[in-house]
Amino acid sequence: MAREAVQPLEFEEEFVSRRQRGLWSDAYRRLIRNRFALMGLVVLAIIVAVAILGNYVGAVQRYEPDCAQACISARGDELSLRAGPSWDHFFGTDTQGRDMWSRVLQGLVISLQVGFGVQIFVLIMGLSIGGAAGLGGRTLDNIMMRITDVAYAFPDLLAIILLRSVFQGRDLPLVDGRSQEVLLMIFAIGFVAWVTVARLIRGQMLSLKERDFVIAARAIGAPSSRIVFMHMLPNTLGPVIVAITFGIPLAIFAEAVLGFIGIGVAPPTASLGVLVSQGYSAIHSQVWLVIFPTATIALLMFCFTFIGDGLRDALDPRSR
Amino acid sequence: MTAYIIRRLLWMIPLLWAVVTITFLLMHAVEGGPFSRERPLPAAALENLNRKYHLDKPIFLVSVDSDAPFVQFHGDSQYSRYLWDLAQGDLGQSFYVQDRQVSTLIKDGFATSLQLGIAAFIFAVIFGLALGTISALNHNGPLDYVGVFFSMVGASMPNFILGTFLIVIFAVELGWFDVLGWGGPENWDFWNPLSADFWKIFVPGNWDFRKVVLPVLALGVLPAAYFARITRASMLEVLSQDYIRTARSKGLSEWAVILRHSLKNAMVPILTVMGPYLAFLVTGSFLVETVFTINGVGQRFVDSVFQRDYGMIMGTVIFYTVFIAFANLGVDLLYAFVDPRIRYS
Repeated sequence: MAREAVQPLEFEEEFVSRRQRGLWSDAYRRLIRNRFALMGLVVLAIIVAVAILGNYVGAVQRYEPDCAQACISARGDELSLRAGPSWDHFFGTDTQGRDMWSRVLQGLVISLQVGFGVQIFVLIMGLSIGGAAGLGGRTLDNIMMRITDVAYAFPDLLAIILLRSVFQGRDLPLVDGRSQEVLLMIFAIGFVAWVTVARLIRGQMLSLKERDFVIAARAIGAPSSRIVFMHMLPNTLGPVIVAITFGIPLAIFAEAVLGFIGIGVAPPTASLGVLVSQGYSAIHSQVWLVIFPTATIALLMFCFTFIGDGLRDALDPRSR
Repeated sequence: MTAYIIRRLLWMIPLLWAVVTITFLLMHAVEGGPFSRERPLPAAALENLNRKYHLDKPIFLVSVDSDAPFVQFHGDSQYSRYLWDLAQGDLGQSFYVQDRQVSTLIKDGFATSLQLGIAAFIFAVIFGLALGTISALNHNGPLDYVGVFFSMVGASMPNFILGTFLIVIFAVELGWFDVLGWGGPENWDFWNPLSADFWKIFVPGNWDFRKVVLPVLALGVLPAAYFARITRASMLEVLSQDYIRTARSKGLSEWAVILRHSLKNAMVPILTVMGPYLAFLVTGSFLVETVFTINGVGQRFVDSVFQRDYGMIMGTVIFYTVFIAFANLGVDLLYAFVDPRIRYS
């Protein structure tokens, strides 16, 4: 009986060729496997694409968002005041004959700008204050944490409302018009929202400072800047990304609240919250004026919350 | 423990002072004053009003000028007067609702907000616990997916938007409920259990349920979703424990296993999140109050910002700050009570 040539076992090949996965690709795979998070990502991508196509390319936007009947009729279209949803006006028209589809698209862009803008602001404040507190020694830590305590003691929404009223009607240098409105909104919300991220970064920094790999890096003589930027900061990223993702729907919510109680962006620009509050006054006769903007806000919040949930499960290996 | 509580209480004083000062400065930075109108008041009347409310005094201790004495210090300013009154426990008068004390207005509004918040909390606890338990018992079954989906949607639904939807569907289209105002008893004397006014919230005849249901739902769905989620996770963990198998193998009825052995042990993490949510519900109701036109204390704050009612703005911010600070302290103490491993020093 001739001996057969030795064949490699089937699984061995697989074993050899299997690449080692790092934290991020691992997290990515786990995020994609989460059904709710994937759904959130896909829907959000569609929403963002439509909003950008509408506002910057003009591909899906039918009319100017701020234009009343005059410019609609200038195109040769029929006048339509308070028309229900139709093929001509997907979301109907409002009391002044403005096309709601275009206005909702514009509001969507403002909501997204505010959502992301606030998080950029929060990240800058959080990194500088949290980082200073975590790395700067006891005295600086004490000062920074007392400041954080005061900011934390304020009732959130009340402080946002008050700040927004302070900013109302003020001018910023360099920017004007719509971007100024959005920036003032971002400041009003951002000044209240940074506390959580600052505390998070401080806590991370304090615990990372004592970890073996940081001590080892210091022992071989790495400069502090390299330790902070190469070893410590990347390790705070996971929780910070999760906090930021959950912060986006909160900022969108806060913006909608301001619009709803009547101190949103100034007309003729309208954010989603402003649209809700305008539609709310016509709730008995033209229900669609409320339904479309509210549904859009709700959809945005779902997407970001689902993605945030997925990210938290994906980035925190302990929660597996 | 006592030392810890005392330290926390003492720390509240500088915190409150900082909040008062910042709010005071922000409030005066808002354009316009309490007596600016579209049609200006006669100069003499304005002057008299300003003198009555001390608005003719300098605002802060220090004022900066572009002219000769660049920095001026003021012994008698609106700020120092306010602090002095506050130190004596006096929140001052409302600038808008004439001849009413701020403390009375807040107390009246809070009586309503408290009813709304507690009702929403009770709804959230009952509904959240039931939903979370059902989800856990049907792990990965269709009922579980329904529960998980509800808790994800409910947790990301802004309450004023939910309120708007509820109004459109159940009040406008179907006409099942009323929406204007609050249906609970008015002038609830929540401070004083000895008075007759305290007990009237327990009389069903004092409640108009056609008005109460929708705002309570709008406010309570978010915490209900959150409670459901935590109950589910906690129950799943408890259900996999050995003592549950033991209880089942002893032949106990399923109800006894669920209620006495599982839910009771699953309560610890649930209890710890309930505290912050009670505070959140009582203070965070102002949007629901706005949507349903309920005269609560949150609604009062929003109005006072628009009316530049300085006394009310300060009063509500102080009230909320103190309330939240005490709620946080209470929650921290509750942690230590529920979980004896936690020690404060």
